Amino acid sequence: MVDFGGWDMPVEYAGIIDEHLAVRKAVGLFDVSHMGEIEIRGPQAFDLVNHITPNAVSRLEDGQAHYSALLYPLGTFVDDILVHRMGPEHYFLCVNASNQEKDYEWIQSQNAFDAEVEFASPKYVQLAVQGPRALETLGKLTDTDLAAIRYYWFTRGEVLGVPAIIARTGYTGEDGCEIYVAPDDGERLWNAIMEAGEEFGIKPCGLGARNTLRLESGMSLYGHEIDDRITPYEARLGWIIKLKKGDFLGRDALIKQKAEGVTRRLVGLEMTGRGIGRDGYRVFDGDKDIGWITSGSPGPFVEKNIALAMLPIDKGGAGTEVAVQVRNRMVEARVTPTPFYSRKK
Amino acid sequence: MYPSEFRYTKEHEWVSIDGDTATIGITDHAQDQLGDVVFVELPTVGVRTQAMQSFGTVESVKAVSDIYAPLTGQVAEINETLVDKPETLNESPHEDGWLIKIKLEDKSQVDSLMTAEAYQAYIDAEKES
Repeated sequence: MVDFGGWDMPVEYAGIIDEHLAVRKAVGLFDVSHMGEIEIRGPQAFDLVNHITPNAVSRLEDGQAHYSALLYPLGTFVDDILVHRMGPEHYFLCVNASNQEKDYEWIQSQNAFDAEVEFASPKYVQLAVQGPRALETLGKLTDTDLAAIRYYWFTRGEVLGVPAIIARTGYTGEDGCEIYVAPDDGERLWNAIMEAGEEFGIKPCGLGARNTLRLESGMSLYGHEIDDRITPYEARLGWIIKLKKGDFLGRDALIKQKAEGVTRRLVGLEMTGRGIGRDGYRVFDGDKDIGWITSGSPGPFVEKNIALAMLPIDKGGAGTEVAVQVRNRMVEARVTPTPFYSRKK
Repeated sequence: MYPSEFRYTKEHEWVSIDGDTATIGITDHAQDQLGDVVFVELPTVGVRTQAMQSFGTVESVKAVSDIYAPLTGQVAEINETLVDKPETLNESPHEDGWLIKIKLEDKSQVDSLMTAEAYQAYIDAEKES
């Protein structure tokens, strides 16, 4: 167990590799109740959400979600978030555990609109059922037609007879659902999902596998790939920036950066020498220190030692040979396209 | 569970003495705490290990851990199996997963290490805290 933003969280249950492979090949269950929820309601809920996030909120329909961010005026990250449109005057944000208080205060400080911001984390537990057998597993516990929920859409239905938000989202690179229910229903739901998935070999998964799964899939983690010094363009998340939607926080800085071009960018690395690149390890071009690994680990499914790294733009091309300082040794690595893994659709 | 003929350290290494040679490994408790071991870095034969100083590294999926030499001596042999099969450390920490053998300089250092009974009590106390 580790302390994670004030939560006692298991890093692993049976072992990270087994848990990781269960999600890639069958199904895994994650208790991600530590994630924060913030709800925004009111006649100008849309205007507030559209002002504080760079993605085009106007494109969301009821029951649809998208990946987005909270940005400072400098264009750097307060947090990365999921925005769900519950209704025309109601948005539901899923935010990172360790940032939830900061996010709530930030949104409040920007709320010059006729909208109400609620810190809703205590109202929800969140379970993630992920993997190719996830829908079959969860399908046993609900009348909702899960296959009819499109990727990055959600529905309000019932699971085990209790109200739930069921979203076709995840942080593993696999198909699956994230389910939000009231805290009192959490334990019963966990046990029921474990039972429903037994025939598929379901495994409970901890923070360790959550990290290796998202890393293989090339996804960012706040505090690693992104933080209050890094912009979406640098993190290769330019697709969440919709400059044409009109004004939003960070827009001016991002327009400027886009015009000037970024000087550094997040890239994938594959360790070609013997060694594992880890978070914070320095990356070298010859004897010149050129950047750092933001997240690095063995990739249990791809069976390679992989990393994401922030490198100067001229050293970020696929195939570029670099070296990673692993303790007192230099270990060869090569810039590779991301994601390291993508599922067959 | 912990072989009574071994001695143990607070850093969760075990030592088995045979004449003036000490075989060193990490304990079952250590491998369990580390999780899946994926990489082992060992010194080269002939290098001198200094008691209480790091002589190698064991990496699991999630973490990097230094291994400390329980005793001072010269490395006589390393377990080459671990290079290609690091998981041996999880499967057989007290036997096939040994790390290095050293020629001891001062056998009296062994007396400062814990017995199996003392080590068991030590990890029990650690689990409770």
